[in-house]
Amino acid sequence: MFKNILNRLLQAIVVLFVLFTVTFFLVKALPGGPFQSEKAIPQHIRARMEEQWGLHKSLPEQYGIMLKNYLTGNPGLSTRLEGREVTDVIAQAFPVSVQLGVVAMFVAVTIGIPAGCLAAAKKNSLIDTGSMAAAMIGICLPSFVIGPLLAEFFGRNLHWFPSMGWDRTNPSTWILPAVTLGLAYAAYISRLTRAGMLDTLSQDFVRTARAKGVPGLQIVFRHCLRGGLIPAVAYLGPAFAGIISGSVVIETVFQIPGLGRHFIKAIESRDAGMIMAPVLLFGSLIILANFVTDVLALWLNPRLRKSS
Amino acid sequence: MFRPIAVLALSTLLLASCQRETQVERANREKVLLVGNGDDPKALDPHLVTGVIESNVIRSVLEGLVADDPEKDATYRPGAATSWEHNADYTEWTFHLRPGATWSDGAPLTAHDFEFAYHRNLHPDLAAPYVEMLYFIKNAEAFNKGEIKDFKEVGIAVPDDYTLKVTLREPVPYLPGVTRHYSWFPVPKHVILQYGKMTDRHTKWTEPGNMVSNGPFVLKEWKLNDHLEVTRNPRYWDAATVKLNGIRFIPIENFYSETRAFLSGQLHTGYQVPPDLVDKLKAEYPKELHQEPYVGSAFIRINTTRPGLDNPKVRMALSLALDRKGLCDAVLKGYQPADTLTPQMGDYKPDPVVGSDPEKARKLLAEAGYPEGRGFPRYTLLIRSAGARTSAEALQAMWKQQLGILIDIQAKDFGSYISAQQSMNFDLAIAGWIGDYLDPSTFLLMWTKDNGNNNTGWASTKFESLLNEAAHQADPLQRLDKFRQAEHLLMDEQPIIPYAWQARNYLQRPEMKGWYPLLLDNHPWKAVYLDTP
Repeated sequence: MFKNILNRLLQAIVVLFVLFTVTFFLVKALPGGPFQSEKAIPQHIRARMEEQWGLHKSLPEQYGIMLKNYLTGNPGLSTRLEGREVTDVIAQAFPVSVQLGVVAMFVAVTIGIPAGCLAAAKKNSLIDTGSMAAAMIGICLPSFVIGPLLAEFFGRNLHWFPSMGWDRTNPSTWILPAVTLGLAYAAYISRLTRAGMLDTLSQDFVRTARAKGVPGLQIVFRHCLRGGLIPAVAYLGPAFAGIISGSVVIETVFQIPGLGRHFIKAIESRDAGMIMAPVLLFGSLIILANFVTDVLALWLNPRLRKSS
Repeated sequence: MFRPIAVLALSTLLLASCQRETQVERANREKVLLVGNGDDPKALDPHLVTGVIESNVIRSVLEGLVADDPEKDATYRPGAATSWEHNADYTEWTFHLRPGATWSDGAPLTAHDFEFAYHRNLHPDLAAPYVEMLYFIKNAEAFNKGEIKDFKEVGIAVPDDYTLKVTLREPVPYLPGVTRHYSWFPVPKHVILQYGKMTDRHTKWTEPGNMVSNGPFVLKEWKLNDHLEVTRNPRYWDAATVKLNGIRFIPIENFYSETRAFLSGQLHTGYQVPPDLVDKLKAEYPKELHQEPYVGSAFIRINTTRPGLDNPKVRMALSLALDRKGLCDAVLKGYQPADTLTPQMGDYKPDPVVGSDPEKARKLLAEAGYPEGRGFPRYTLLIRSAGARTSAEALQAMWKQQLGILIDIQAKDFGSYISAQQSMNFDLAIAGWIGDYLDPSTFLLMWTKDNGNNNTGWASTKFESLLNEAAHQADPLQRLDKFRQAEHLLMDEQPIIPYAWQARNYLQRPEMKGWYPLLLDNHPWKAVYLDTP
């Protein structure tokens, strides 16, 4: 196990290094630079600004400086936000993205797993068809459609929840974005849960339990849940990383001060320092999420443990 | 296992639905104005920024020599200066500062703060991006470019603590209007030097708790992408006039989200309404929808170095083929069809030059060698990916219909869009220009040969000589006449095709008072109040 973890760690370092290098050179290959503006900055001022940010140096030199900065834990300053520390921006925005991700994942799991279990337990019934149809709609409808619809109905018409904004201490601001973000994931989870449950329900021990007269729901929730959840759990880790890193649309629709919006704005304004940090953060998150998922899968499936 | 989860989910939902009053209702109680401001300011240091979004916030915390009038663009009110006078040819201005005025920390606000601000802004080491706004001052440009080293040679003098003398390189009869721009605002010398050197670019002097200001409000809190809040400055000289306890600027980039937020009771006023919602809002919220002229023009920039587009007849044909009124009515709601570049301002009334004349357009195109559009090169119209798609498609259809030519549309992200124009790597590009002050020079000076905003490849010695004559003309009306002639020449040549004068379409709640239509859109925040019981 320890060897396995060490191996994964080494792989992660290599992946992050490649990610850093590729991203840096891709950003630098983009047309324009960080000091482009609608009203042109005088040439002598622009040259001075480039000097101040070290952009007058050769590309390998810039790469070396940025790599050193990141290795020493000091990503430097943002050019778009005029000299703000990248770490300060991340410290403000990342917790919001994580909080949104956690609440959205809670919504996804709370809806997805029971729906999948019920659909499996009542296979081919109206509940099964209905919940799977709803799941299909959830998968097909993009969040930039669901989000404004929910905001319009529950925010503007009913005034139940604010239609924009995020306050970490006020749950009323969490509901609409988290539901919007969680719904698509809930749909996937319910379909995976249903498939996993159906697979487990077809096992011999279930037939034996039924023959002994154990009630249907008890078989589903007490005997089959652990095995039936394996496909869904395998999906949860990458899904959580995806929720956190891919909530840009939701952050824009609901005006959430998360990291995704900074990332997009940084790309638009060629703010290399502010692009690299989220890329590495999201990259690390995906690596970590996959690792945690593997560990969870080992815990849920004894056969995997043996082969491991 | 599921029971606790279900209970938790249900209780969270119940807790969450406890929104008893809207943000606006609460803000009305607290007398805090909620403003949709489009985006976060890049910074609050007036010497490091260039945008309108920054201007909206900076004007709430800092005040220049001359203040804005809430109702009239061309009327100047006393700000940090109580009075001002000029010499006969408008090349020397003396501003008399308010004795006893202080910064928000109680330190006296003197002419030395202004002198320090101009010195800092112009210093080559700071590399201030909007420094050109100070180039009116004698030797300012030379100092900024490092051609002279001694700031004493720049036309700024402080005879005593409360007098500021500004000597200009040319007559500027509208200087008080220019000083309303934040690049002319004072900065607190004592605070800036406390956090670093004068020319240090990134210090903590503008952070909440550190920033000291002389305007009606002071910075209270700034959470990126969330909100920036300013609160009443009790040491402001005119604090008695200020009725708001604070302003909360909310950076909503998506105009649909902003409109929804406004209609949900989360904003008092917004930044912009999406054009396609204007008709609906006009019908359903006539009191809340505001449509006001704005000192801005929308135009098509032409790369006149491209074969074909180097012919003024082709450019004029492209211009005359446009139905500007139709475009404004159908797409650019609230905008006015433009028959020249500069919108009317004050006494300046440029000649109407371009309009819709498809027949003449076809004739000109034929004279240029493309009868009925035959053989016309397939040019590309560059747009920003974030907008202007509908306008571009309408223009494309007009050219196809009237001239039989096909123009492709190419959308690029902001950085690539700007870069393509600055490197002249485009054929035609949709662009716009917002005036910094109410004088035609803010629209015309950019079309000189080496101006970084020209980006058309076009230049004219006659045009530049007319601008030069205007610059040295002390008589205001004669001066405007020179500008009129220059603009006529520019329009005859059509290196740019103006098609609309911009407008502001935005939503505002009826309880928000003290806000009147202004061309420059610089509403003095101290005059705004919430009329609630």
